[in-house]
Amino acid sequence: MSEQVLRIRNLHVQFKVYEGRLKVLNGVNMDVPLGSRVGLVGEAGCGKTTTMRCILGILQTPPGKITDGTIHFHDRDVLKMSQASLQRIRGGGISMIFQDPVAALNPVFTVGDQLTSVIRYAAAKKMAKKEVRRRAIRALGDVQLPDPDRMFTSYPVQLSGGMRQRVCIAMALATEPELMIADEPTTALDVTIQAQMLRLLNELVEERSTSVIFITHSLGVVKEMADWVYVMYAGNIVEGAKKDVLFANPLHPYTLGLMGALPKLTGGGIAEGIAGRIPDYLNPPTGCRFNPRCPRSMDLCSGERPEFREAEADHHVACYLYEGNADAQ
Amino acid sequence: MPEAQKYGDLKRRWEGFRKGWYKFSRNPVSVIGLVLVLGVSFVAIFAPYVSPYPTHARTFVDFSSASESPSGAHLFGTDVFGRDVLSRIFFGFRYSLMMGAVVLALVVIPGVILGLLAGYYRGTWIDTVIMRITDIFLAVPPLILALAVTSVLTPNIFNAMMAVSLMWWPWYTRLVYGLASSLRNEFFVQSAEVIGASRRHILFRELLPNCVSSIFTKMSLDMGWVILIGSSLSFVGLGAQPPTPDLGTMVADGAKYLPDQWWISIFPAFAIMLTVLGFNLLGDGFRDLFALEEI
Amino acid sequence: MPNDLLVVENLKKHFVTSRGTVRAVDDVSFTAREGETLGLVGESGSGKSTVAYTIIGLHAPTAGTITFDGKNMSTAVQKRPRSLKRSLQIVFQDPGTSLNPRRTIEQILSLPLQVHGVGTRRARRSAVIELLKSVELPADYVFKSPHMLGGGERQMVAIARALATNPRLIILDEPTSALDVSIQAKIINMLCAFQQEMNLTYLFITHDLSLMRNVASRVAIMYLGKVYELAPTDEFFERPLQPYTKMLLSSIPVVLPEEEAIKPSRIISKGEIPSPVNVPPGCGFHTRCPEMEENCDSDEPQLVEVEEGHFVRCHKCAEPAMEEIVGKE
Repeated sequence: MSEQVLRIRNLHVQFKVYEGRLKVLNGVNMDVPLGSRVGLVGEAGCGKTTTMRCILGILQTPPGKITDGTIHFHDRDVLKMSQASLQRIRGGGISMIFQDPVAALNPVFTVGDQLTSVIRYAAAKKMAKKEVRRRAIRALGDVQLPDPDRMFTSYPVQLSGGMRQRVCIAMALATEPELMIADEPTTALDVTIQAQMLRLLNELVEERSTSVIFITHSLGVVKEMADWVYVMYAGNIVEGAKKDVLFANPLHPYTLGLMGALPKLTGGGIAEGIAGRIPDYLNPPTGCRFNPRCPRSMDLCSGERPEFREAEADHHVACYLYEGNADAQ
Repeated sequence: MPEAQKYGDLKRRWEGFRKGWYKFSRNPVSVIGLVLVLGVSFVAIFAPYVSPYPTHARTFVDFSSASESPSGAHLFGTDVFGRDVLSRIFFGFRYSLMMGAVVLALVVIPGVILGLLAGYYRGTWIDTVIMRITDIFLAVPPLILALAVTSVLTPNIFNAMMAVSLMWWPWYTRLVYGLASSLRNEFFVQSAEVIGASRRHILFRELLPNCVSSIFTKMSLDMGWVILIGSSLSFVGLGAQPPTPDLGTMVADGAKYLPDQWWISIFPAFAIMLTVLGFNLLGDGFRDLFALEEI
Repeated sequence: MPNDLLVVENLKKHFVTSRGTVRAVDDVSFTAREGETLGLVGESGSGKSTVAYTIIGLHAPTAGTITFDGKNMSTAVQKRPRSLKRSLQIVFQDPGTSLNPRRTIEQILSLPLQVHGVGTRRARRSAVIELLKSVELPADYVFKSPHMLGGGERQMVAIARALATNPRLIILDEPTSALDVSIQAKIINMLCAFQQEMNLTYLFITHDLSLMRNVASRVAIMYLGKVYELAPTDEFFERPLQPYTKMLLSSIPVVLPEEEAIKPSRIISKGEIPSPVNVPPGCGFHTRCPEMEENCDSDEPQLVEVEEGHFVRCHKCAEPAMEEIVGKE
C-alpha cells in the first residue's frame, strides 16, 4: 500500500445556530495516496467544503466545532497543530484553488503582485526580487497563459474567467505543494474552457507528482480527472473506489441514484432522480443518513451507522446491503 | 379556522421576535447600547418623577447652595445659580432626544423616497436632477449651514432643528440611491417588472425592504450625530436658550468655570457622550438584527 | 399544424459601452412553435441570455422584430399590454437572487395573482397554496422566506411564480445550472409534466448539452451574438455540421461509454472566446476553427438551410447547399 499523504479518520463537525446544533460531518473517512488524484463527489450541503476547511484549518470556529476525528498530513495530526505550524503547512504543504476565480483574486493588485507575494511567503528563505519575478513568470507560462510578461502586469479584471482560474492554479502550484485541493475549479467556466482546464491540471499534476483532491458535483468531470473517487452524502463518505471500478460497478444506492439522474448525451429522458430531500442536520436520521430516501432501505439501516468497509478490491462502501459480502471475504 | 390562523400568526410573530433578539444579543456591546438608550429614554420621559429636584430645570435660583461640589444632596453638584446639575441633565436628555427624533422624523421619509426614485430611474433625468440637488446640499459644510440658518432666524431650539434637518436629508438620499440603483438590476426586481407590477410596488415593496437594514442602522448612528450637532449649536448660543436645561448650553455655561467648578461642565458633557455612545452601539446591533441567516 | 407562437426576426441588441459597442445579439432569427421546446445553447458571450431578456422585454431591441401570437412586441416590457405580460413569463438562472429575500413566499407568489386580477386576499392565499402543491412544496412554505429554502426549492417557487398567470410561453434561462443533479432531474421532469398538461411552449436556455438532449425538440447554438446552427434535436446531436457545434460536443465530460461513442472526435479548442466587443471579421468563429478555409476571415457566412429543418452558418458546410441554390438559378 502506497504512502498516504492525507488520512482523515472519523471526522465529526458541528455548527451552532439559533435552533440548536447542526451535525454536519458525521464521521468522514478518506485517504489520499501520494501522487494520486482523488475526486470527491457530492451535492450541495453534503459537507465537502467543510471537510476541506478542516484540512486547511480555516473552519470558522465560533459557529463550527470539530467534535471528533483526526486528519493526518503525513504523520502529523493537523487538527492538533497550532496556528503557527499550520501557517507553515499552508502553501508549501497544502494549497487550495477555489471555486470562484473572481472572488479568489484581489481586484486591486496586479496578477504579478499576487503571485510574487505567494511565492515569497512560502519560500523557505528570503529570495532576491529578480528570482521571485522569474519564478512567477515561469509559473504563468506553465499554466499556458499567453504572453506571461504582459500577464504579470495585468489586473484580474482584465482577464477572462478561464485566464483568472489559470492564475489561481499558478498561485496554488507556485509554492510547490504536496497536496492541492481544488474546490469545484471548473464549475464557473464554459464547457470548452473547462475541457482545456482539466487537461492542463492533469498535465501539471502528472509533471510534479502533486496529490490532488478534486471536489465537484459532476460525475463526468470526475471521470476525466480522478484516479480514486469518493462519494459523499450528508456528512459521510458513502462509497470510495478506484475510478474505473466505481463506474463499472457502483454499489451504494445514492451513487446509483446520482448516476441515474444524470442526463445522457444519448437522450432518452431523465430518470426520476432521488426521492426526498437532504436531511435536516439539526435532527438527522439515525443510522445511515440516506435511509429515508433509499429505495432499498431495511430496518437495520436506521439503527447503527454502517461502517465504511471493503466490498471488493479497491472498492469500499458504507451500506448494509454489502456487509454480508465483506464478512464472507 | 380564522381563530387558529390568528393564533398561528401571533405565534410566528413571537418566534420572529425571539429570533431577532438572539441575533441582536449575540454581540454584548449592542446590548450595552440598548441599555444606555433605554436608560436615557426612560430618564428623559420620566424626568419630573425621577429627578431629585425637578423644579431646578426651570427658572430657579438659590444662591445659598450655588456652586456646591458633588455631595450626598447633589450627586453631580450644583451650578452657579444653585441648580442641581443631575436634575438638569435628566431634563436635558429630553431636549437632546427630542431634537434627534424630530430631525429624523422630518428627514428620513423624504430622503428615502428621493433616493428610491433616483436609484430606480438611474441614468435618466430624474436621477440627474435629484442627485445634483443632493450634491449641492452635501457640498455645504453641515455646521456652517446650521450656523448660517440659525443666525439669520431667531436662535431657538426649533430653528436649530430646522437648520439641521435641512442639511441632513441628502445623506439618506445618497444612502438609498446607492442601494436602490444596485438592487434595481437584481433578478427579483426584473421579475416584478416582467410580471407587470406597478412602479409603486417595485419601489416600496421590492426595493425598500432591502434598504431597511442600512436605513435603521444609519438612523441610530444619526441620533448620536444630531444630538452632537444640536449640542454644538447650543454651545455657541444658537440653539436652546437659557434657562432651558439643554446639555450643550450647560456645557457652554459651565466652561467658564473650568477647572475649579469642573462638575458644571463635565457631567453634561459626559451625558452627551453616553447618549451618543449608546446610539452608536445600538446601530451596530441593528445591522446584526436585520442580517439574513443563511441555512 | 402547430402555429408559430414566437417569431424572432433579425433581432439585434447592441450595448454602447466605454470599451466599444457590445454586439450581444447580432441578427438572430428563429421561431418557436406552440407546444415545443426550443433549446438555445452557447457559451459566455454568445448572447443567449440577452436574447431571452430582449424577448421578455427587459431590453428594447436595437433592431429586428419579435412577434408573439401574431402581435408585435418589439418593445421594452413597460410598454407592453398587460395581457401580453400574462402570457409570457421567465424563470431566471440564479434562484438566490430571483426571489426577494425580504418577502415571504406567499407575498412572492401573490404578486402575479394580484397584478393580473385575482381579487381578494383569501382567494389569493388559496391560489398560492394550490401553486405550491403543484410544485410539490408543502403549504406551510407560505410563511417562509427564500433564504430558508434550498436552491432547488427556490427554483421551484420561481417556476410556480411563472405558472401563476397561466402563461403560454415560458423562457427558462439556465433553470437548473446552479442545482445538483438529483434536484435537476426532479425539476426537469416536473417541467415536462407541466408542458404536457398546459400545452406550454418553452424556450430553454442552457450550456449543458446533455441536458439539452433530453429536453429540447429543436436546438439552436449561438456564438458571439449569432445563431450558427439550428436543427431538430436528434440531427443536432448525431449529425452536427458546424465545427463549433462539433467542438462543443467533443468537450463535454460524460460518464457512459455509449455517450462517449456518440461524441464527435476530440477537437481541442485553442485560445480564448473573443469578447462581443471585438467580434472577429468574417465568420466570428474563424479564430478557433480547426476547419478554417481561405475566405472565413473576410466573408461572413449566412444561415442557410442545408437539409430540411437543419440550418448552418458556415462557408464549408453550406457549399453543397449553395451550389444547389446557384445551380437552380
